[in-house]
Amino acid sequence: MSVWIAIGLTVVGCYAVKLAGLLVPAGALERPLVRRLAALLPVALLAALTAQQTFADGRELVLDARAAGLAAAAVALVLRAPFLVVVAAAVAVTAGVRALGG
Amino acid sequence: MTSAGSGLTLWQTCALSLLVFTGASQFALVGALAAGGGAFAAAAGAFFLGVRNAFYGLRLSQVLALPRAVRPFAAQWVIDETTAVTLAQPDRRAARIGFVATGLSLYILWNLTTLAGALGAEAIGDTDAWGLDAAGPAVFLALLAPMLRTTTERAVAGVAVVLGLGLLPVLPAGVPVLVAALAAPAVLWAQGRRAQKEGQR
Repeated sequence: MSVWIAIGLTVVGCYAVKLAGLLVPAGALERPLVRRLAALLPVALLAALTAQQTFADGRELVLDARAAGLAAAAVALVLRAPFLVVVAAAVAVTAGVRALGG
Repeated sequence: MTSAGSGLTLWQTCALSLLVFTGASQFALVGALAAGGGAFAAAAGAFFLGVRNAFYGLRLSQVLALPRAVRPFAAQWVIDETTAVTLAQPDRRAARIGFVATGLSLYILWNLTTLAGALGAEAIGDTDAWGLDAAGPAVFLALLAPMLRTTTERAVAGVAVVLGLGLLPVLPAGVPVLVAALAAPAVLWAQGRRAQKEGQR
């Protein structure tokens, strides 16, 4: 039963925060500073998330094959490679480094 | 999915993916329950991981310009992936298509894989050996790159990376990413101060 309580609380809480962002009235976002902030917040969140997915193992920081894969993706981006090539480069290099025992 | 192995029933596992639909929050909830955490503590951890979706919503409501009646339905799809795809689009039409396409395909895929996992289907072996765990961050990187147009965006991203990684070992799951969001106001504030100083000269 307590599992269902936990699920219910999580469902309500997670939906509420998702909706809250969308329901902020447009008028409140009209000030230039607020507009700039709302545009920059996703950049900050996604950048932090990308870094964590690359360098984190649970709550530990690690440098493993994923870092090599992301470096390959970054190079592909600089060379203006298409989206799928960028992702494929990351996957292939990560697998390659792992196969070599990295 | 790991939830089947941690004492959740098939229904509970599927209800999570159908109704929560925020991967990080789901994993946190399942992990906390498996570790013997109480219902409230487990839900609180999952909630913290979901808070960033509110910040995404702020920006998405500007970009998508959704009618009020549609917002309660669109809200369930406000997650990392849909935000990254939507904000990478050049105009409103493409942004709306990107949001719906990403939301719908991920929602279906996520729930099908959850069901398959809960039914005990052992995955295709060790997906890490194929380097597939690098695909997620690579997708985010590719979508983030076009948003880093000016020094401001780059500074925000750089500070956020440092905060997100530096605080990871010391703060509870989900909180470091939220603190990293402070990079946005911090960079804006620093820029404002510099502009003021230069104005005084």
